[in-house]
Amino acid sequence: MSGRVLVGVKRVIDYAVKIRVKPDNSGVVTDGVKHSMNPFCEIAVEEAVKLKEKKLIKEVVAVSCGPQQSQETIRTALAMGADRGIHVEVTGKDYDTLGPLQVSKILAALAKKEEAQLVILGKQAIDDDCNQTGQMTAALLDWPQGTFASEVSLENDKVKVVREIDGGLETIKISTPAVLTADLRLNTPRYATLPNIMKAKKKKIANVKPADLGVDLTSRLEVLRVDEPPQRQAGMKVETVDDLVVKLKDAGKV
Amino acid sequence: MANPLRGEVVRLYKNLLYLGREYPKGGDYFRDRLRSAFSKNKAVQDQEQIKALIARGEFVARELEALYYLRKYRAMKKRYYEE
Repeated sequence: MSGRVLVGVKRVIDYAVKIRVKPDNSGVVTDGVKHSMNPFCEIAVEEAVKLKEKKLIKEVVAVSCGPQQSQETIRTALAMGADRGIHVEVTGKDYDTLGPLQVSKILAALAKKEEAQLVILGKQAIDDDCNQTGQMTAALLDWPQGTFASEVSLENDKVKVVREIDGGLETIKISTPAVLTADLRLNTPRYATLPNIMKAKKKKIANVKPADLGVDLTSRLEVLRVDEPPQRQAGMKVETVDDLVVKLKDAGKV
Repeated sequence: MANPLRGEVVRLYKNLLYLGREYPKGGDYFRDRLRSAFSKNKAVQDQEQIKALIARGEFVARELEALYYLRKYRAMKKRYYEE
């Protein structure tokens, strides 16, 4: 086994930014808006770096698909402890239609090429909320998957994953190579401080095109329209229970 | 006049400046307070005192990291997990 972990990181609009829809309802305003690494991807990077610090794996490779600016996201991953980066260049129309299917094809090709033992991703991106890339990647590679991981431990060539599911927690044991997706409580990601960012400048980021990996980026989806959620109606205060009943009857709820 | 600890102080200042960019009340607010805090102690010469001040600065840096983490964690928890 190579002892190599591939971590996918996505550049998304920062979680604290107020999202605005474009006037023509074709999408969301991204020009000049603050972007950063998807929070779940940060947790994925942290887990990979932790595994390396425990000497359970040898190398952490950070991958991002997108335009030139995706390199900043890879640099953050390098500053958090990844060893090298791979920037898969996707621009223009291809980037607008880039979705989980295309990214998972790219990641599957890279995982085979890099002979990765584990692929760790965030469970979902905060911009599209798809929660599909990890699962699709595992399917394309025919590898087992440990999704919504809140605890990961390596035992020889098997991985024990505690998953956060609706009913509570589920513990599974899967063999490597495998795909894992990180959930919120997996770990506490470290902050990429200035000294670490300086050190990370020496680390390499390789540039790859999807065509080099033999991946077809055509999308089977078309975004028809993007709308803002309906405005929240103001609440009303009532004095007595009878008032409440009258108001409910007026609104046709009772 | 170069104090041997000058390098450390400058490094701390740059680090705090970088961390402060994301401060909730605004990067400028933080930067102004950072500058006045550092320039207030400009005249200190005693090594032990400087070391104590540096330790305090590092404490602030760790507090900022914790603040940013908690903000993000709480936002994610509120958005994605029903209580």
